[in-house]
Amino acid sequence: MAPPNNRRPGFSKRAQYSIFASYLLGILGAVLGLLLLLISFVDPRGFSALRTAGAEVMAPISKSLSEIGGATGSAGDEIAAYFNAASKNAAMQRELEKNRSEILEARALRQENERLKRLLKLDEEVPDSIAMARLISSTASSSRRIATLGVGSSSGLEPGQPVRSPEGLVGRILETGPTTARVLLVSDGNNVTPVQRARDSLPAFATGRGDGTVDIQPINIGSNPFKTGDLMITSGSGGLYSPGIPVAVVIRKTETGAIGRVLANPAKVSHAIVQPIFQAETMRQIEKNPVADGELETGE
Amino acid sequence: MIPPLTVAIGSMITALPIITDYPILPPMGLLVVLAWRLIRPGFWSAWAGFPLGLIDDIFSGQPLGSAAFLWSVVFILLEAVDRKSVRRDYWQDWLIASTAIIFVLIGGMLIVDFRSNVPRLDLLVPQILLSILLYPFIARVIGSIDSWRVAS
Repeated sequence: MAPPNNRRPGFSKRAQYSIFASYLLGILGAVLGLLLLLISFVDPRGFSALRTAGAEVMAPISKSLSEIGGATGSAGDEIAAYFNAASKNAAMQRELEKNRSEILEARALRQENERLKRLLKLDEEVPDSIAMARLISSTASSSRRIATLGVGSSSGLEPGQPVRSPEGLVGRILETGPTTARVLLVSDGNNVTPVQRARDSLPAFATGRGDGTVDIQPINIGSNPFKTGDLMITSGSGGLYSPGIPVAVVIRKTETGAIGRVLANPAKVSHAIVQPIFQAETMRQIEKNPVADGELETGE
Repeated sequence: MIPPLTVAIGSMITALPIITDYPILPPMGLLVVLAWRLIRPGFWSAWAGFPLGLIDDIFSGQPLGSAAFLWSVVFILLEAVDRKSVRRDYWQDWLIASTAIIFVLIGGMLIVDFRSNVPRLDLLVPQILLSILLYPFIARVIGSIDSWRVAS
C-alpha cells in the first residue's frame, strides 16, 4: 500500500519541525524502554505486580479454556516437530545406532532406577503438597519459559516453592497473585537446579536451555562422567527442592557436561503439585530416610 | 481506539492455554501492530511503539521494557522507511514485516540472556517462519477490521 504523498516535508519549516519532533518522541520511547529494561534486570521482581495483575485479569479465560483445551497443549510441539523433522530424523538415526549397543546397559540402569525410585517412594509419596492445579498458560511466544498456574497466594502459595508432577520437577513459583502464580520452568535459561545422578549421587547443576532441555554441569569441573540415559534427580542442596525429585535424563554428552531432557514436559503435565520449600522439613526427611542424609552431604 | 485495542488483544493471546517447552507461538501483538502500521502509515506516531510494547511486555513474559524498546525501534525505522520510499506494494510490506519480526524475536531472545542465547538462536527458526507465514493472514484480518472501522 502506498503511503500518502503529503508526508514529504518539502520546504515548510513547520512540517520539518513536526517530523523532527515525532522522531524525537519515538527515540524517547525507545530510551524509556531501555530504562525499564535496566530496572527489570536490576530488580527482576520490581514489575511483578503489573504482570501478576495481567495474569489475574486473564485468569478466567485461561482457566475455562484450559479445561477444554487439553489438545492444544501439544500443538506447538507438533508444529515445531514438523519443522525440525529432517534434522531430527537424522539425529534419531544416529542415536538409534548408538543406542543399540547401550540397550543392555540401559536396561540395567532402568532396573536400578526403579529400585531407587521404590526406595525413595517417588511415585506414591508426595510430601505435604500445598496445592494441586493446572498449568493454565505459558509464555509460548517468548524465549523465557514461564508458565501460569491456576492457584495463587489464597491457596497458600509463596515464591520459591517447588512445583512438580508425577513425572518430575516442573519448576518453582516465581510470583504469586491471589488466584494465579507464575512458575519458572526447569528449562528456563535463568533457572539453575541443583541435581545429582540417581545412581551414585554425583552432584551437578542443571541450567535451563529454553527448549525443554537442561545443560548439566558437574560440580567437579574437569571430569565428565555422564552417560546417555543417566537419570538426574534433585539433590536437596540449596534447600529449595526436596531431594529425589526426577529432573532430567541425559540425552547427549558435551565437552564439559551433558544435555538432559526435562522429564516433566509442561505441555503434557495435566496437574502440577505445589510443595512446601524443602528447608523447613530437612530434619524430618533425614530422620526418616537415611539415603537423603548421604545425598545431602554430597550435595553440599 | 480500535487499532490499539486489537494490538492489546493480540498481546493477550498468551493467556490461551498453550503450554510449550520452547518459543513457538507467533508474537500476535507484534503481527497486529505491524499490520496496522503498514496498512495505515499515517495513523501511528513514532512514539506509539512504546505504550503498545509495554502492554505486550505485561503478557509476554519478557523482561518489562523489552517490547517497549524493540517496538519503538521498529516504529522509528518504519517512519524512516515511509519517508524514503515513494510507493510500496504487497510484497514489500511483507518483506518489511518479516524483517521486523526477525528483528524483534531475535532481539527479545538476546535481551533475555545475551551470552548464552547467541549460540542457540536457531531455536527461533520455527517461530520466525510461523510468524512470517501468518503475517499475510493477520494483515488481511486487520485490513477488513480497518475498512469496517472507516465505514462505521
